[in-house]
Amino acid sequence: MTQPVLKVSNYNVDFWVDGFWYPAAMDMNFEIQPGKTLAIVGESGSGKSSSAMGLMGLLAKNARTSGSVEVKGVDMLKASSSKLQSFRGKEVAYIFQEPMTALNPVYTIGFQIVETLRLHLGLGPKAAKARATELLDLVGIPNPTVSIDKYPHQLSGGQKQRAMIAVALACDPALLIADEPTTALDVTVQAEILDLMRDLRHKLNSGILLITHDMGVVADMADDILVMKDGRTVEYDTADNIFNRPQHSYTQELLAAVPKLGSVPMRTLEIKQEAKPVLSLKNVVIEYPKRGRIPAFVAAQDVSFDIFPGEILGLVGESGSGKTTIGRAAIGLIPVKSGSISVVGQEIAGAPQKKLSSIRRHTGIVFQDPASSLNPRLPIGESIGEPIFLAGIAKGAELNTMVEDLLDKVELPRSYRNRYPHELSGGQRQRVGISRALALNPDILIADEPTSALDVSIQARFLDLLQELQGKLNFACLFISHDIAVVEILSHRIAVMQHGKLVEIGPRDQILNNPQELYTKNLLAAVPVPNPAEQKKRREARAALLASGGN
Amino acid sequence: MFGKKKVKSQSAETTGTPATRETEGLSQGQIIRQKFFRHKVAVFSLFFLIFLTLLVFSSSGIHLGTDTHPITVHGWWPLYILDIDPVGALESTCNGGMTGCPTMDLIPSFIDGSPMGFGAHPIGSDDIGVDWWALVTRGAEQSLTVMVIVGALGIFFGTVIGAVAGFFGGIIDAILMRITDMFLVTPTLVLGGVIGSRFGNLGVVPLAIMLGLFAWMGLARFVRTEFLTLREREFVDAARVAGASNRRIIFKHILPNAVGVIIVSGTLLLSGAILTESALSYLGFGVKAPDVSLGLLISNYQDSFIVAPWLFWWPGAFIIAIALSINFIGDGLRDAFDPRQIRTIGKAVKVKSPKKAKA
Repeated sequence: MTQPVLKVSNYNVDFWVDGFWYPAAMDMNFEIQPGKTLAIVGESGSGKSSSAMGLMGLLAKNARTSGSVEVKGVDMLKASSSKLQSFRGKEVAYIFQEPMTALNPVYTIGFQIVETLRLHLGLGPKAAKARATELLDLVGIPNPTVSIDKYPHQLSGGQKQRAMIAVALACDPALLIADEPTTALDVTVQAEILDLMRDLRHKLNSGILLITHDMGVVADMADDILVMKDGRTVEYDTADNIFNRPQHSYTQELLAAVPKLGSVPMRTLEIKQEAKPVLSLKNVVIEYPKRGRIPAFVAAQDVSFDIFPGEILGLVGESGSGKTTIGRAAIGLIPVKSGSISVVGQEIAGAPQKKLSSIRRHTGIVFQDPASSLNPRLPIGESIGEPIFLAGIAKGAELNTMVEDLLDKVELPRSYRNRYPHELSGGQRQRVGISRALALNPDILIADEPTSALDVSIQARFLDLLQELQGKLNFACLFISHDIAVVEILSHRIAVMQHGKLVEIGPRDQILNNPQELYTKNLLAAVPVPNPAEQKKRREARAALLASGGN
Repeated sequence: MFGKKKVKSQSAETTGTPATRETEGLSQGQIIRQKFFRHKVAVFSLFFLIFLTLLVFSSSGIHLGTDTHPITVHGWWPLYILDIDPVGALESTCNGGMTGCPTMDLIPSFIDGSPMGFGAHPIGSDDIGVDWWALVTRGAEQSLTVMVIVGALGIFFGTVIGAVAGFFGGIIDAILMRITDMFLVTPTLVLGGVIGSRFGNLGVVPLAIMLGLFAWMGLARFVRTEFLTLREREFVDAARVAGASNRRIIFKHILPNAVGVIIVSGTLLLSGAILTESALSYLGFGVKAPDVSLGLLISNYQDSFIVAPWLFWWPGAFIIAIALSINFIGDGLRDAFDPRQIRTIGKAVKVKSPKKAKA
């Protein structure tokens, strides 16, 4: 055995809050060999990020760490701050979750790489610039000699993350700590970034500490896995053992909660011949108008589809494909440039304010971010009751009982009604969101990425609840998501969007098993599956697909 | 999780009988009121300010109208600012010949020989023998009037104009903000001088109204900025889908979220009003002698600080008391509107914070 790049033993992280030490990570032991990847998985709040930041003393002032953290044999927790500084960036590099915020917007990406190089390696400006160009080439940024002078806002999300990786790799670090490196990215971009990281690991022989909640990404990358829950190590084993022979019940639950592509039985829905669609889009064009020097942007082009009573249509696509725009236009939040959108037979495009609000009584919407979609200054009982109150259906005591019913429906305690949104967890907030959307018994529910902010186990419970409610109340639903595995669980039919155009629409199984369009094939191939052996096969299949001229 | 259980049991203790109390649905207004009344300092300040206002107004009475058509209600204090008592002032000397000293003696006779009592001018009189208590209460009355009127007008116009501009945007925003700019480039003191010389002789109320009409611009800017960010939040869309009108969205959904800004700059506006008024009075455009205001009293007698400190202390104490209680009330209001502010509920909810730190 060679010397491990990282050896952590009896490692604890605590936070000092209001006169108590609250443990964020307890008694962790693990090590990473050169060229290997250890993945730390766990749900939000399990302490995975805190423990990784604590390794190099990057935590806030109210934190303390204990135990031992050895990087190439040097104990980081006992090292002086100047020693730590010389290790950071040189021996240990970080890749952060949000490339948009981790890169400094006022400097070119070239400058940010050169800075690291000159600091740690003492290179001259010219040599550093040459090396920076080389690095950008290595991480696959097109045309590196030109890109080096670009500012972060001139790059796409995936390119920014590549630039971040280039900064991290500048000094050939022995250990790369990647904190949710692909969470903010689309699946196809994610697949590219993961390919890049895998490739680099072999080239540079660095160890990677990967922190993620996405079991698919873990299956794609990890050699070893450490599962965390509430600050404790639940299980630490090889990837093969964790995925195929999980010992601990929490690991088993976690794996069971992950939606697996292609594992949900057929869902069919008999649509009666005479049934009229609840939502019908015909040749819809939506344009964000010109603002100053920014030209007009066509967000949706010639989109047509119908949703029938009781049907769930899954709308998938990458960020910027226009799926959210379609969802918002369907309830009249965004004006339509041309074409028609009708809800229960009434035209919503261009409808006057009064008519709009009467049509909206047939609709409900669940937003992506439960933290932002509930008024922080309004107790949730009032948020839920607002549609009923404004529709003039009930008020006072009667409204109170209706709100109680709605809370019961989404399985929240009635006593929560006077709580403010911030006092609820993410999953509970999203339940509030759904109960508000269902307050008026809508014919159609628009669900705009309702699960993207939730942990997998909470997501699984939320999807169960949504299915149950849909079965009971039989509303139609436009379910917008970037996660194809989630869409698969719910949908009867699936529509795929790209660059504002509807690429493909059809019954669920046809889209998933026999996609006609190349884009759909690429999209499906990029989804990582939480099973290392299968994911390896899929990866190769995807490489073949791309090589055959895809994309 | 471990933290949560703790929270539940503790909050159950603090709220008494949660089963009966919590299920009863409370509106936003009710919850805010409850929270405000739990803020002890703010409630104390509120009652203190009410007490002070009643004391001041009842003591000096109400004197409105012009010289030719006075509207007068006499207060319980026997002397008014127009009553001059030069003899009394001369008789009460201290500090080596300084006249008009306070006649109040709180030390019993067996200690210093002179009997306890208030005397004719308990807190002294000015150099020509006008009772100082009458001057201070009248001054406080004037200053409070100015403050309340300027504050109310400034906050009202600032909030409404800022909210409308920020919420609707586009052409409405452009027009309203250019109007705001025009008001902003007008120098306040020059404007005050013009207003003062034109309306000053009508008494303090018209002056305060005119000042209030020129005090809203800063607040409008702040509120607009706040609205610009808040209107993009998803809960505004959610309210719109629920069928809320623009008015409801502005006042029920966005405004409570902008209350922090309004209160902070509102309290500044109130204390600024006192300063503007005293500056104008100092220049001779505001409140005119023989009428007084607190600012005028302080600026007139700022040189007497060492020889006749009572001329300085009393109006100063009134200004500080008024400004402080307004600040504390503002503090309480802001906390009441902010659901994250949990100081008043007790320690129970604070246990949640380590979760935040971990994320």
